[in-house]
Amino acid sequence: MPKPLFDYALRLADNALVLGHRLSEWCGHAPVLEEDLALANMGLDLIGQARSLYGYAGEVEGAGRNEDALAYLRDAGAYRNVLLVEQPNGDFAATMMRQLMYAAFAHPYCEALRQSRDGTLAAIAAKSAKELAYHVRHAAEWVIRLGDGTADSHRRAQDALDELWPYTGELFEADDIERALIADGIAVDPETVRAAWQRTMEDVAGEATLILPRSGWMQSGGRTGRHSEHLGHILSEMQFLQRAYPGARW
Amino acid sequence: MVSAMPRANDPTELVSDREAGSDRLPLPNGERELGRALGSGGDPDQTPADDDKTSEHDDAALRQRAWAAAAAVCDPEIPVLTIADLGVLRDVRIQDGVVEAIITPTYSGCPAMQMIALEIEIALERAGFSAPRITTVLSPAWTTDWMTESGSTKLRDYGIAPPVGKAGRRALFGEERVACPHCGSTATTRISEFGSTACKALYRCGACAEPFDYFKCI
Repeated sequence: MPKPLFDYALRLADNALVLGHRLSEWCGHAPVLEEDLALANMGLDLIGQARSLYGYAGEVEGAGRNEDALAYLRDAGAYRNVLLVEQPNGDFAATMMRQLMYAAFAHPYCEALRQSRDGTLAAIAAKSAKELAYHVRHAAEWVIRLGDGTADSHRRAQDALDELWPYTGELFEADDIERALIADGIAVDPETVRAAWQRTMEDVAGEATLILPRSGWMQSGGRTGRHSEHLGHILSEMQFLQRAYPGARW
Repeated sequence: MVSAMPRANDPTELVSDREAGSDRLPLPNGERELGRALGSGGDPDQTPADDDKTSEHDDAALRQRAWAAAAAVCDPEIPVLTIADLGVLRDVRIQDGVVEAIITPTYSGCPAMQMIALEIEIALERAGFSAPRITTVLSPAWTTDWMTESGSTKLRDYGIAPPVGKAGRRALFGEERVACPHCGSTATTRISEFGSTACKALYRCGACAEPFDYFKCI
């Protein structure tokens, strides 16, 4: 069943690409040089993961679309990433909080996906998990430093946590496509990593003297192509070259 | 990123060599074996049975020669290390006279991979293997545990602290004790989890005050 597997690989890829692109926007703008390098490196990890996943999705689809076609020639409505990853960078605290929320989910998720019956997904996941372990650590250290820092940095970190929290529920959604793949041992049930995610968030928030919001109403829609206004702006920049000069290569 | 750009002179050299002479590069010792493995040459006096044995023997010799050529390619970002030192070169195979080099990336987004693939292709062509194939595999995922002992020594001599201990599950907090590659002191502190490339972290030595890169365990 190529279609569900294609959709699944595409969702994973879109999450990685959009967050990777967001991080790349910091290049040359980070508060210190070390962070400029760190953000670019993490963006590169994510874009690398996305490339592997797009390549595989294109192969599964069998319609001749390669990684570039999937990344550059789909409009916002065809993107399947969660809303969290397309949220604006905001200040440094918002970027680090978003990174922690995503990596604390994606790391245990990829660890679980290593057991997938699909060999390619398992291989990509094994590689990604190693990289994401560093992302979790890096983001956690910054959230602690900011939360447990000055009054201003604490306020910014708490604001970021409160504002981004409603976007975390979507990480744990699964629809019929995924449920079928989960039953086949190909996809990971995101519910199985919820406890690990919650523990990381609680540990870090505790150290950072931040108050974790209660789970309440959650945003949803990215996975079905209903995106915030931010994604279109990301794509207009990311896809500019292929839109202006179709088929351009170098 | 700049170092990952292909150097223009290498492919050009290759092309101009071809234009100047035959379409195959000069081969001091390799041409005969290669010709045989490709089934285009061979000794007319040999019986078919001998031929089989010889070609098996030749394949092993060819593989060894191809491995040596590919293994000597240096990492474009850490030029003191070869791709064999790093464990990036996984295998070299010969099938039906075509050589295939198997490589694996250190990190998913490693920008050096395209450069490495190009360099291997050039090295193999120079060694007389025409149209080599370069295949990238992701599994098993690359680990710093594959770095050779001599690789670690070369790294340290170059001023980069080699990976400490075995890669494995890491705690959310906590840090390795990394020795300064300059003075050997372990009174070092991490400045950033990410250094000049994704595979390195940035450290500073408290004893000699020098900053240095540390090759992270992964």
